[in-house]
Amino acid sequence: MTAPTTPPPSLEVSGLAFAYPDGHQALFGVDFSVARGERVALLGPNGAGKTTLVLHLNGILTGGAGTVRVAGLPVGREHMAEIRRKVGIVFQDPDDQLFMPTVREDVAFGPAAAGLKGPELEARVDDALARVGMAEFKQRPPHHLSFGQRRRVAVATVLAMEPEILVLDEPSSNLDPASRRELADILRSLDVTVLMVTHDLPYALELCPRALILSEGVIAADGTTGEVLADDDLMRKHRLELPFGFDPGSVTMGA
Amino acid sequence: MGAGHAHKLYRHGHSPVHALPPHTKLAAVFAFVVVVVSTPREAVWAFALYAALLAGVASAARVPAGFVLKRLLIEIPFVAFAVLMPFVAQGERVEVLGLSLSVNGLWGAWNVLAKGTLGVAASVLLAATTELRELLLGLQRLRLPPLLVQIASFMIRYGDVITDEMRRMRIARESRGFEASGVRHWGVLAKSAGALFIRSYERGERVHLAMISRGYAGSMPVIDEVTATRTQWSYALALPATALCVCLLGWTL
Repeated sequence: MTAPTTPPPSLEVSGLAFAYPDGHQALFGVDFSVARGERVALLGPNGAGKTTLVLHLNGILTGGAGTVRVAGLPVGREHMAEIRRKVGIVFQDPDDQLFMPTVREDVAFGPAAAGLKGPELEARVDDALARVGMAEFKQRPPHHLSFGQRRRVAVATVLAMEPEILVLDEPSSNLDPASRRELADILRSLDVTVLMVTHDLPYALELCPRALILSEGVIAADGTTGEVLADDDLMRKHRLELPFGFDPGSVTMGA
Repeated sequence: MGAGHAHKLYRHGHSPVHALPPHTKLAAVFAFVVVVVSTPREAVWAFALYAALLAGVASAARVPAGFVLKRLLIEIPFVAFAVLMPFVAQGERVEVLGLSLSVNGLWGAWNVLAKGTLGVAASVLLAATTELRELLLGLQRLRLPPLLVQIASFMIRYGDVITDEMRRMRIARESRGFEASGVRHWGVLAKSAGALFIRSYERGERVHLAMISRGYAGSMPVIDEVTATRTQWSYALALPATALCVCLLGWTL
């Protein structure tokens, strides 16, 4: 399909600056945009302002300078419900994300809050769970699932809202290697824009063609993930380190 | 862990009592308890009839007597209080086995014991035939304030998470050579409790963030609508209705 007009980028952040009420300034003018369908890694040392940035994407934090647009829609009070449906954030601890007594109710929470009910709601839940391979765990309470399964259900809770962009906070943390790979397969199979906040650099290289480095509240680098990771000076300057023995140049990526 | 992670009080089954919608059962138990409590204590036979009614429900639900009796043990602290009453109450006294007991106290003790036991037995039957999750849906349907229902449902969801956190903190304490063996160590335990409170509070904040990120705006969306037909209602209310007849007889006879 050749679209005559290109769709607006999924995410457009311009001049975003923010200081916490205690005076600590976390962001000093952040600019970047993510086109529809892109998978982008957001890298940066601890304390670089990554979490602060994520909380701006769906309007939980506001009041600083600059603007955030999601699919052309400015994040602000008047479109808040719409924005929160479009931006799906998967938080780091699935126990925070999964707050309902059963997996099914948890996945249904977002769409039900948006007004969906009956068979339509049920179909949405089934579809989201099928996409992360957790369909048979529908009636289970979340605290009886393994950590990897909980993380997958957490992704499903957000997919059920059919978001414009999926924002993942440290998706590979605390996962064993098999769960880590399963999650990668799932994320690759999704046809959705992804912004992935991570310290797991090989994971970023595997999943995201493009990477941003956020350091001291500004975007310090923006390029293809392979080039960013191969730039030793850049990496050292922003306290980013590859795992021992890992050479991004030697990795051949599948098509 | 394993399959069927129901609560200990729940007994899995497919009886007609299990199948009733939760809010009808809640209403029936509540009405039954009100009727029992308003029965005059002198109508001893009425309480026997109530017990027989409950036994009937238990057999319809295929809940064995032993299961109910074992769970009735929760009543013991109240029984201890009832046993004291004949000794401490004032008024006319009778001699039983050489002990001087108050007549009023004896009737009072009987009153607490009989009504308490029937109330607990009815609740045990309710819990044995209704899953916790369903009970919450029932309470929601009966228009209990939504805030209370939300608090209860978060307790179910996070009870295990917080117990686990507590266990990890205990292991961490013990790994560093700490063992609570006396009053001197209460300070440490109190600080652990404080830390647990703060951790839970912070988790609450993170959960709230996750909720508003998915469109929460103060009220839980309705995911499961529980409904009851007229027959289901009449089936459930048969218990308190029969009990009401017994109660009225108790007042008139």
